[in-house]
Amino acid sequence: MSLRAQAREVARIDLVVERRVGDTLRIVLPFAVVALMIFSLATPSAITDLGDIGIAVFWGVAVLYGMQIALRISASETARRREVMSLIGLDPAARFLGRSFASAMMLMMFMTVLLVFTVVLFDPDLPDAWLPTMLLVIVLAASGLAMLSTLAGEVAGGLRNKSALASLIVAPLVVPVVVGASQTLESMNQDNGILLWILLLITTDLVLLTAGIGLSRPLEEASR
Amino acid sequence: MTSLIELDSVGVTIGNNPILDAIDLVVAPGDSVAVIGPNGSGKTTLLRVIATLLRPTSGRVVVMGTDTSEDMGANRGQGNGFITHEPGLLAELTLEENLVHFSRLSGEDPSAVAQALYAVGLENVASRRVSDASFGMKRRAEIAWQLIAKPRLVLLDEARSGLDEGARSLIDSLTVLTVSRGGAVVSVSHELPSQGDEWPQTVLELSNGRLIPR
Repeated sequence: MSLRAQAREVARIDLVVERRVGDTLRIVLPFAVVALMIFSLATPSAITDLGDIGIAVFWGVAVLYGMQIALRISASETARRREVMSLIGLDPAARFLGRSFASAMMLMMFMTVLLVFTVVLFDPDLPDAWLPTMLLVIVLAASGLAMLSTLAGEVAGGLRNKSALASLIVAPLVVPVVVGASQTLESMNQDNGILLWILLLITTDLVLLTAGIGLSRPLEEASR
Repeated sequence: MTSLIELDSVGVTIGNNPILDAIDLVVAPGDSVAVIGPNGSGKTTLLRVIATLLRPTSGRVVVMGTDTSEDMGANRGQGNGFITHEPGLLAELTLEENLVHFSRLSGEDPSAVAQALYAVGLENVASRRVSDASFGMKRRAEIAWQLIAKPRLVLLDEARSGLDEGARSLIDSLTVLTVSRGGAVVSVSHELPSQGDEWPQTVLELSNGRLIPR
């Protein structure tokens, strides 16, 4: 069984489970929208123009709530389930790739819907032709967050309180993703180049991809 | 004949607690071995070492010709079936979907799933989600997976506990099938195999971390 075929099967099942459980759509997304609404209502309009902070609030909410989506699968996986997958011969790298892909798909959908609510609630100042750039940034940021969360789930796998530990691992390491994603539109607004920020996101994704594939098997063996 | 399992002075210490101490065990193709011992005696730990899911603290473990101290994962996907008291099925999938998922991951033919489900008597509940299935159904599904994967080594951890007579006989059939095709079975339990179970050739007792003939 090839790595690619195993990764595809892992991703397929993760997405099937998500469709049936519906955590992203039924739980995380509504709470994230409520968080956006609270920000929009609680910000004093006399001091701050909502449009100025809309995109920053979007990325803050998207990353914090997105982490819960991406960490959910690893956190809910039992030790026995991991053992069964291991005995069946599932390559840990395939699990990393498949799980990251499934998480990235969920995050892209989540961030896109959240973006719509952000535009409605905050009416942010957006440069011309912002949408294609924003969608590209969402793809790159969602991929990075998904891989980082999957990797953190592997590091914390088999440990007690792994959900909390995984979140602690992700929070500081997600900084390059947040900086790259939030600064892209800001640079467009100021008529500055965005290449640097796009390259930061791509580089972060490539580093995470390499680390995830390279570390997945040692991490699995270390948990024994 | 090359043995399937060789444990040489294997010890396992978890924290400060010695669980296994200088375990020696050789299991050849065609062997059926039962290990009995009270709760907490280290039976599951022993099986997890054999399944290459736990690295021993000391000693040498050779499973299906591979020294696991060199590569713990070398035998993964090559015929090591481990049935424990905790099923490893995904709760959100149906019984059939779980087996198809396993088949796809391991390179087995998913079309064999229907026949395996029929063989274990689950053909009428194949589309039931695992979250809605009884313990016995989950255990039967795990046996069905062993029928598809045809592992050379079957490890049974209290596999008969909580099962009805029909399911227990399936465990016996799996044992006979595995042994007859040159594989081996190691089962652990807190009690001696009862009359009617497929009687193992060798019965050992795990006591104070050591294996002794019974």
